[in-house]
Amino acid sequence: MTTSDPPFLHRVASALYRRPRLRLALLLGLPVLWMVGVYGGSIVSLLVQSFFRLDSFSGTIDRTPTFATWADLFTDANMSVAGRTIGMAASVTAASIVVAFPLAYYIARFASRRAKAALVLGVLIPLWSSYLVRVYSWKLVLAAEGIVNWFFERLGLGGLLDAILRIPGIGGPSLSVSYLGQFMVFVYIWLPYMVLPIQAALERVPRSFLEASADLGARPSTTFRRVVWPLAIPGVAAGSIFTFSLTLGDYIIPTVIGDSSPFIGLAIYSYQGVAGNLPLAAAFAFVPIVVMGLYLYGARRLGAFEAL
Amino acid sequence: MKRRVTLVTLLALVIAACGGGGDEAAEGGPLQEVGEGEGKVVIVAWAGYIERGETDPAFDWVTGYEAETGCSVEVKTAGTSDEMVALMTGSDEFDLVTASGDASLRLIAGGTVQEVNTDLVPSWGTVDDRLQNAPWHTVDGAHYGVPYQWGANVLAYNTDVFGDTPPTSWDVIFEPMDLPDGQPNQGRVQAYDGPIYVADAALYLKSVQPELGIGDPYQLNETQYQAALDVLRTQRSLVGRYWHDAFIQIDDFTNEGVAASASWPFQVNILQSGGAPIASTIPAEGATGWADTTMMHVNAPHPNCAYKWLEWSLNLNLQGDLAAWFGSVPSVPSACEGNDLLGPDGCTTNGLQNFDKISFWKTPTDDCNGTAAVGSCVPYYRWVTDYLAVIGGR
Repeated sequence: MTTSDPPFLHRVASALYRRPRLRLALLLGLPVLWMVGVYGGSIVSLLVQSFFRLDSFSGTIDRTPTFATWADLFTDANMSVAGRTIGMAASVTAASIVVAFPLAYYIARFASRRAKAALVLGVLIPLWSSYLVRVYSWKLVLAAEGIVNWFFERLGLGGLLDAILRIPGIGGPSLSVSYLGQFMVFVYIWLPYMVLPIQAALERVPRSFLEASADLGARPSTTFRRVVWPLAIPGVAAGSIFTFSLTLGDYIIPTVIGDSSPFIGLAIYSYQGVAGNLPLAAAFAFVPIVVMGLYLYGARRLGAFEAL
Repeated sequence: MKRRVTLVTLLALVIAACGGGGDEAAEGGPLQEVGEGEGKVVIVAWAGYIERGETDPAFDWVTGYEAETGCSVEVKTAGTSDEMVALMTGSDEFDLVTASGDASLRLIAGGTVQEVNTDLVPSWGTVDDRLQNAPWHTVDGAHYGVPYQWGANVLAYNTDVFGDTPPTSWDVIFEPMDLPDGQPNQGRVQAYDGPIYVADAALYLKSVQPELGIGDPYQLNETQYQAALDVLRTQRSLVGRYWHDAFIQIDDFTNEGVAASASWPFQVNILQSGGAPIASTIPAEGATGWADTTMMHVNAPHPNCAYKWLEWSLNLNLQGDLAAWFGSVPSVPSACEGNDLLGPDGCTTNGLQNFDKISFWKTPTDDCNGTAAVGSCVPYYRWVTDYLAVIGGR
């Protein structure tokens, strides 16, 4: 090798080394373009759309900026759709925490290596099959002629199930046509997204903390309240963001299970697709965005992200 | 006829950007002569409408066309009328669309479809006289498509509940009452989950409250419209679930003990073939229905193949087989006879004799489909908003 020129790649590498800004631009250019251009751009376009309005006479979109569409958004009917969705998202999140925490705790602390692998796999396996298949199967499971009903009848508890279904607000003609059934399916579908973050958070709690707490005379309940729970909060927060936002945006479960009452996603779908009222759909799309924003702000104020 | 394939519907949630429309008219009017085929034709259709024997080998009306004309058929299925309109206005790659009456006038008004030269469709004369000049594809004497199939939205009922006497009125799904088996109808009836269903309530009111003066159930003034919404609000307290997916409704009839519902012959045929105690009827008030028209895009890239399909779509085998497959009625009446798949009574079963009792779907407009001053009728977009509110319990 007598040549004095270094190989091409070396020259590129040196050039990039001397120009840190260029290096940064090349590294982050694509993701930034994606976030700002594609992702941010579509949200801005949504916001712009929401200030147009549907012309009531021709059914076409009038592109003069106006607040009329936003006024339409705050009708009783639309707000009840939002309220129903947020209520469901909140209760699904709460129930997911209650169900997922003990499971995650067992996986993180007590399970042998083999059992742990089996349990994690058990939590994950449903995610491998189609979401639609699982929702439709639940429709059959919860149907009036379905297995849950059959089970209650066999145990002589048919009357109990009927009594539950008569509770106003959550009941209905059968489990698959009630809010209760809808709630159960939501919890089932989103549970893995709650179990895994909590388990990850709990695994990072050193055993010595628990031992120290016990040595200092704390009862198990105190240890849980003062040590385990605070350290698990980031995991719970991460999980709740999944379950809350996924329920908020779902528009398939409410069409298959439940009494057909519209959720936010369904309302947007109708306004956009069926009514051709794109401005109202765009304005409605901001409801979950704002709700999630408030939710994240609240979680941050409670210190959920400090350990991240 | 909105047989929704759920997946297709679900995947179709696309936030369309600004809707640009093809507003230009067909250059130089309709084709005057059908020439050599272009090798293919692209059709937007309801799922199950264009079958090439892949679902069931007995039902194939595409391969014959391809062999005869050399035009290969590409199908893009759509789940709703609105999806069809969006596909057709948003693209120039489609030649034909099987549009229902609630989409066809929108397509014509938007300049998306072109006039069809019926002289180039030799079988045009075989089409049911009552469909040839139907208002959902004929504007100012010009035809914007070729009738394909039609059907009624029937009242399906459980024979275990109603016995041998079919219900004679839609009131069994509109008013709280005890059904013949002694149990209340609450929680045991269903209604259609589409805004066009407001017309079913209006049709019912037309009979039971003649003082409202309802004529065409798709042309409602504010008073009539509010009365229809009140009927639907009462119905909300009776309905367990609104149906929009034919297969979910079939499941509800078998597993949820649904006693009566507005339905399509399609579901009834499937349920009956499975031995379920389900029958259907058209009550005294009449029924709403759909009539589909094959329409041609104004910028159809393969016009010759498209005209060949329009002609092919009227052949007796296709019309009869499709009616058997779909539970619909052929637009060519002679297709009812001598079709093995349809059987001798197929057309009667699917409702051939009910034509006069049917108010066919069309899109409500604020000028009452051009028959009154702007603002006289409640337009479709309000039907959407208000029906959604009714289902939400408001």
